[in-house]
Amino acid sequence: MGGGSVSGMTRIDNNPGGAPRAVTVRGLVKHYGETKALDGVDLDVREGTVMGVLGPNGAGKTTLVRILSTLIVPDAGRATVAGHDVVREPRRLRRVIGLTGQYASVDEKLAGWENLYIIGRLLDLPRKASRARADELLERFSLTEAARRPVGTYSGGMRRRLDLAASMIGRPAVLFLDEPTTGLDPRTRNEVWDEVKSMVGEGVTVLLTTQYMEEAEQLASELTVVDRGKVIATGGIEELKARVGGRALRVRPADPVQLRPLAHALDQLGITGLAGTVVDTERRSVLVPVLSDEQLTAVVGAVTARGITLSSISTELPSLDEVFLSLTGHRAGAPQDAVPTDHTLEEVAV
Amino acid sequence: MSAATATLTPADLQGADAPIPLRAHLRHTGALVRRNLLWIRQDPESMFDAILFPVVFTLLFVYVFGGSIGQSLGGGQEAYVQYVVPGLLAMTGMNMAQGVGTGFNQDFNSGVMDRFRSLPIGRGSVLFAKIAVELMRMLFATGVLVIVAVLVGFDITSWPGLLASVGLSAAFGFALMWVFITLGVTMKSAQSVQAMGFLVLMPLQFGSSIFAPTASMPGWLRGFTEFNPLSALADAARGLMIGGPVAHGLWVTLAWSVGLTAVMAPISIHKFRTKS
Repeated sequence: MGGGSVSGMTRIDNNPGGAPRAVTVRGLVKHYGETKALDGVDLDVREGTVMGVLGPNGAGKTTLVRILSTLIVPDAGRATVAGHDVVREPRRLRRVIGLTGQYASVDEKLAGWENLYIIGRLLDLPRKASRARADELLERFSLTEAARRPVGTYSGGMRRRLDLAASMIGRPAVLFLDEPTTGLDPRTRNEVWDEVKSMVGEGVTVLLTTQYMEEAEQLASELTVVDRGKVIATGGIEELKARVGGRALRVRPADPVQLRPLAHALDQLGITGLAGTVVDTERRSVLVPVLSDEQLTAVVGAVTARGITLSSISTELPSLDEVFLSLTGHRAGAPQDAVPTDHTLEEVAV
Repeated sequence: MSAATATLTPADLQGADAPIPLRAHLRHTGALVRRNLLWIRQDPESMFDAILFPVVFTLLFVYVFGGSIGQSLGGGQEAYVQYVVPGLLAMTGMNMAQGVGTGFNQDFNSGVMDRFRSLPIGRGSVLFAKIAVELMRMLFATGVLVIVAVLVGFDITSWPGLLASVGLSAAFGFALMWVFITLGVTMKSAQSVQAMGFLVLMPLQFGSSIFAPTASMPGWLRGFTEFNPLSALADAARGLMIGGPVAHGLWVTLAWSVGLTAVMAPISIHKFRTKS
C-alpha cells in the first residue's frame, strides 16, 4: 500500500534530520470570500510537546484546527498530522487525532457514558472494549457518578472534561484543543488545565489554541502567535516571554492624582520592556513590564525616592494585548497604523 | 516538497487513504442508530408529532370538512374518510424528509456533527442512521394513522395496496429528503428549517388533491394541482388503497422522485462535504 511510503516521504521531506514532527504546516491558506482566515501559515509541532497557538478572536486559530482535523479543506498549502496529509489521507489522519473545542462537541441528550461508548464503537472498538474504555475514561476524568445522566444536566466543567475524555477514546497521537477553557470560571479552568497536563504526561502531542497568555504559559512549551491569518512570532515560551517583557508590575498609588507623576518616574528608570509603561486609568494603576527581580526592586526604590504612597503592588502576566503590542507594535486585530481606541489604557510616551 | 509529490505514483494516491470495509460501515451505522434511538428515549416528546399528526389531521379533516366535501363525492362523511386517508398516508413520507433535514441541522449546530466528521467513519453512516430512525418514526406514524382511520370508519379494501402506498410515500420522502438536507446544512437553526419546510410544503399540500377533489377549484389552481407532484402521489395512493387509476400517478410520482434526487442529491452532498 502507498500509505506508508507517502507518510514516510512526507516526514523525511519536511523534516530533514530533525526530531520527529507530529504536525507540519507549510504555506496554509484559507479564504472565506474576501476574508483571509489563514494567509500563509507555517508551523511545526515536535512529537510529545505542547504547542500553544495564541491570538485574538478572528486570528485564524479555529480555521487552522479545523483544517488539521480535516473538517475543512485548505485553499493552498500543505499540512500533515502524524505523517498523514490532511487532504489526501483524511481517514488515516482521523484515526490518530483527538479533537476538543468550541465546535466539536458531545451530545447533550445522551448520558456521558453513552457518548463515550458510541464514539468507541465509531472508532471500531469491539463492544466489550468500548464499554471498558468508556468506564475507564469516566473514572479518569472524575465523571463516574454522572455517567448515566444526560450531558445536558452537566456543569460547564464536567462537560468540558467529558469533551476531553471523548477526544481520548482512540488513544490519539495528536490532540487538538480549540480554546479548551473559554467560557469557564477560574476554578473550573484550573481543573481542565490539570487534566490537559496529565494527558501530556502520557506522551500525547497537543496543539492548543487560546486567547490567554496565562493559559499558554500553563500548558504550552512552545508558542506560535497568530494575528489576521499570519504567524507573527514563534518560539519557546520563555524566549517569547522575555521578548514581551516577562511580567507586568501593577502599581497603584494611594492618591489617583499621583498616577502620572508615578508613570513619569517609572519611565525615567529606563527599565521598561518593549511594551512601555501603561497608565490604566480605569483601575487607577500603572503597568510596568519588568524582566528581572532587580528591576522589580528598582521600581519599588524609585517610588520610595519620589515619596509616592502606594495602596497596592502586584505582578501580572502580560495580557494578550501587551504581547501583541510588544511583538507587532499594534494592538491585537487592529490595523498596523491605527490609533488605539481603547480609552482605559493610554500609552505614555517613553 | 515538490520532490515528494513528483515521486508519488497514481497507485500511491489511490491506495493512500484507508477505505472503510462494508462491515465497518454497518457497525458505524448501527452505533449511530443507537444514538438516534436514545435521543427519542431521552426526549419522548419528539415522538408526539408522529402521534399527533395522524390523529389530529384525521379527526380534523374527517369531522370538520368531511360532511361537506363528502357530498361532492356523492356520499357523506364516510365517502370522505375513504378519500382523505390515502392522502394523509402519502404525507407521512414528507414528514420523514423534514425530520432528516432538521436532525442534520441540530447535529451541525450542537457541534456533534463535527465530532462525527473528525472520526474515521464514512459520512454516509451518519445519513443512513438518520434515515433509518426517521423511517421507523414514519412507519410508527403510519400505524397510528391506520388505527385512527379504521376507528373513524375507513375500510381497508387492499392490504397490498396499503403497503404499496406506504412504499411510494417513503420513496417520494427519500427524494424530498435531499431538499431538506440542503436546507438543514445551509440554514441557521432547526426552527428555520421547519418554518421553511412548512412554507414550502403547506401550499403544495393544500394545493393538491390530498384533502379535496380538485374539480371544483378555479382553473389556475387546478392547473397548479395537476402539475403538483403531491396530487400525483395522493392519487396513486388512493388508487392503490381504495381502487381506481394508479398508473399515471405512480409514474409521475416516481419521475418526480428520480428528478428531485438527480438534482438535489449532488447539491446536498456537496453542501455537506464543504460545510465549514
